[in-house]
Amino acid sequence: MELFGIFIGATLVANILLAQFLGICSFIGVSKKSSSALGMGAAVVFVITISSAVTWLIFHFVLVPYHLEFMRTIVFILVIASLVQFVEMFMKKYMEGLYKALGVYLPLITTNCAVLGAALLNIDRTLSFVQTIVSGFGISFGYALVIFVFSTIRERLELSNTREGFKGVPIALVTASIMAMAFFGFSGLGG
Amino acid sequence: MEAKHKKYNYKEVLTAGIFKENPIFKLLLSLCPALGVTAVLVNSVGLGVIILVSLIMTNTIIAIVGKFVPDEIRIPAYITIIAGVITIMEMMVHAFMPDLFAALGVFLSLVVVNCIIMGRAEAFAAKNTVLASIYDAIGNGLGIIFALAVIAFFREFFGRGFVDFGFFRLNVFPQEYAIGFLVQPMGAFLMLGIIVGIMSTIAVGKNNQKKAALKSQKTATTKAKG
Repeated sequence: MELFGIFIGATLVANILLAQFLGICSFIGVSKKSSSALGMGAAVVFVITISSAVTWLIFHFVLVPYHLEFMRTIVFILVIASLVQFVEMFMKKYMEGLYKALGVYLPLITTNCAVLGAALLNIDRTLSFVQTIVSGFGISFGYALVIFVFSTIRERLELSNTREGFKGVPIALVTASIMAMAFFGFSGLGG
Repeated sequence: MEAKHKKYNYKEVLTAGIFKENPIFKLLLSLCPALGVTAVLVNSVGLGVIILVSLIMTNTIIAIVGKFVPDEIRIPAYITIIAGVITIMEMMVHAFMPDLFAALGVFLSLVVVNCIIMGRAEAFAAKNTVLASIYDAIGNGLGIIFALAVIAFFREFFGRGFVDFGFFRLNVFPQEYAIGFLVQPMGAFLMLGIIVGIMSTIAVGKNNQKKAALKSQKTATTKAKG
């Protein structure tokens, strides 16, 4: 039950895109087509879930015993960069179908602030190992959900008649604002 | 090297980042801080200054070592340099400006993955001289401060009814009339959308004027011929 609460909190209440403003670059950049948004979302779920587990292990078994907590930013970003590289190679060898679907999005993930942000936020909240994995999965699931819904709205927006200056990104940002308002309604759920 | 013989128009390098290629308004990069910290003007200028200083340091280091780094491993190498610089900045801010450190929270560490720092390193510093890279860093950093300050100013102006400059508070109208939701997360998207929209509307208008001028010129010449 407690794990379920963490999951809902990470997915809906403190949604990483609409409430925390992490990973906005990819949110605006990759949401033009729903198929690419889905691919990006799936790749992010994959990487954030694994990276939160790995960074938790490294933080608690390497950095804390040697009092190197101040090095966490530099260590985490290197861990994430090499993890993404490793996942890419592993997928290429053993999961060809998945690699073809997600391959293009994987290199983009290293510089996606949502991944580093999720790792740092999970450490700041001092969760246990299992809780961290659930929270990481919740955060990334929230990302995938929002970017997919947003991309379907943007596809409709392309067809509608907007003012010339507001076409494209500006009207998308205004739409994101309205979506954030809808997600604000979930804030009661956390209790 | 080739870069040494290139003549730079330093003024142009400097101003490109502020207006023509403003990282936030024109290139739509590093939007996370543009939305996350702009609820308070003082904090956003603080983060802008941190980004400016980090950008100068990373651009300088990368312009110096960029020529020796093999092409295949340049991204991990740059990220390590950037993360090192940001860690230094983080500790300095923690030591000397604890209030700002608390207010910025996770966004301070996230300067590491700020697209504009990596972008300038990759697109400019690695290929150009040290001096030009420093000018480029100052231009882009000022561009970020300018953009963050504009967004934060209007959010505070309409969202709180006053603008707090740190040393002095400008009261505009009573707080009961303020549009409170502008200082909330969703207001950030709205404000940025409106500002970018207005800027591109102006750009579209200018383009149309140019086109119209060209057209009238053409018709004038064809008429003259006829």
